[in-house]
Amino acid sequence: MFQVRIHGRGGQGVVSGAEMLSIAAFLQGNYAQAFPSFGSERTGAPVVAFCRIADREIRLREPVMQPDALIIQDPTLLHQVDVFGGLQQDGYVLINTSRSFEALGIGEIATGRRAERLCTVPASELALQHVGRPLPNAALLGGFAALSGMIDLASVAAAVREKFSGKVADGNIAAATAAYDFVQRKMQEAAHVAQAM
Amino acid sequence: MSLKQCEGSRAVAEAVALCRPEVICAYPISPQTHIVEALGEMVKSGELQPCEFINVESEFAAMSVAIGASAAGARAYTATASQGLLFMVEAVYNAAGLGLPIVMTVANRAIGAPINIWNDHSDSMSQRDCGWIQLFAETNQEALDLHIQAFRLGEELSLPVMVCMDGFILTHAYERVDMPTQEQVDAFLPPFVPRQVLDPDEPVSIGAMVGPEAFTEVRYLAHAKQMQALELIPQQAAEFRKIFARDSGGLVRPYRCEDAETIVVALGSVLGTIKDVVDEMRAEGHRIGVLGVVSFRPFPLAAVRDALQAARRVVVLEKSLAVGIGGIVSTDVRMALSGLPLPTRTVIAGLGGRAITKASLHKLLRQAQQDELEQLTFLDLDGKLIERHLLREKQMRRSGPLAENILRDVGVVAARIA
Repeated sequence: MFQVRIHGRGGQGVVSGAEMLSIAAFLQGNYAQAFPSFGSERTGAPVVAFCRIADREIRLREPVMQPDALIIQDPTLLHQVDVFGGLQQDGYVLINTSRSFEALGIGEIATGRRAERLCTVPASELALQHVGRPLPNAALLGGFAALSGMIDLASVAAAVREKFSGKVADGNIAAATAAYDFVQRKMQEAAHVAQAM
Repeated sequence: MSLKQCEGSRAVAEAVALCRPEVICAYPISPQTHIVEALGEMVKSGELQPCEFINVESEFAAMSVAIGASAAGARAYTATASQGLLFMVEAVYNAAGLGLPIVMTVANRAIGAPINIWNDHSDSMSQRDCGWIQLFAETNQEALDLHIQAFRLGEELSLPVMVCMDGFILTHAYERVDMPTQEQVDAFLPPFVPRQVLDPDEPVSIGAMVGPEAFTEVRYLAHAKQMQALELIPQQAAEFRKIFARDSGGLVRPYRCEDAETIVVALGSVLGTIKDVVDEMRAEGHRIGVLGVVSFRPFPLAAVRDALQAARRVVVLEKSLAVGIGGIVSTDVRMALSGLPLPTRTVIAGLGGRAITKASLHKLLRQAQQDELEQLTFLDLDGKLIERHLLREKQMRRSGPLAENILRDVGVVAARIA
């Protein structure tokens, strides 16, 4: 079973992000379960949502406490919430920002972890560009598809279409595609640097 | 059938729509669910017709309108939770007493005070004696299946049925469901033929006052009807299986109970987590199983006794608390086991949305295996918080409001994951 935890703030589409991730995984033939952290949702308040992906029925109903992957929709949470709590040593981390881990002051998180599983992507900017609003959830799923390979971009697009329609769906798919390309490019560059070293 | 990945509330809404309800009434603010929201959209778009969606002014009105609609011969549905259920209580009892086969989803949540919007079973448990049949769903699949069964069961017996599904944990969870076709539901659920109906052509009154001369008899018949349900529920589950090719409903559901020394009894979605723990403990050689109670009212005394009697100990894990005694479900389980030398322990867990984790269950059930559990255990109780408050009460008369004090002691929770 693969467990994902998404952190963000109320209004950023954290819960929808987890739901779309579950749809994408389902469309690829998996079992998936998505659920929110059940707080009283308020705009701007820290929100957590979870997604489990497995090849068999998922019965477990506890929150995800040892995630295999973290998607952080709002980097201002990094020093406010224990977002990295329980993260698996070889886990994936995707943060919505144009800055690096070091610049965010969380360089130590990378220590002892697999560098190719840690990535940042300016998802809000991509969303603003393609959707017209800084809602980063779909873009992050595109980035997550590139980072983890757990889902593919086509499934993300199909999941977006289940949630949204028309221009909003088109925009979110464009943002997800841009984020996918961005993360893939970044990972290729990192691989080149690693080879050169 | 078609597989789809959707929210529990959405799945239930679609299943209810397939049952061809004619009147849906609901009070559309918190604590309401997405279920009636989705049904409202289906009625408005014409996707669900003929059906009238009535936006009422309160939960009390919701149940009152459901009573009126059902008495007029319409298949009636509503949904509520928490304080909403409490607010409709007088009418809830009336629906049962009048024998009107309304189906209602209760998206189980805690009741206040203190104010709490999260999941536990306090709301529907408060109505365990109201005369409604109460069925508890383990998964979203079962929740939608139970609604289809509920209409048929209720209409056959002329009794209302509450389908209880864990608020948030199921209602807000996206998971895979197998959505039946209209043909399948039509094959299982015949059109509503009421046993009593307000018909201008053949006028009757429904709801007479009954004095001491016959009140006991009327109440006895209510009980007798629920006893009939004990027969009907397994039959319907078997027929459901024939048409839909899956197991849903029934009275109880044992899991790995064969040769089990310890059997956990529980209701609702926590059964999934318990099953995972049972599998892990079985792999380590522990002889442990779990019994899910689907039908809480009527309570299947014989089926529970059958399933548990070979065990050496029973642990009833419940998401509700009868203040002043402890367990609600465990009282019924003990009755089912009366005369058997079978120690039964009560564990209160998951109140007000506290997560029931595998780690806590592992610890708890290992203690149970060693016969180290007290009669009554509160899972993951923070003893320090309790002591601190008791000390405060001891030290000063004007110790202040309980909830506010405890929250101050707990500190900021926004930074926590679970």
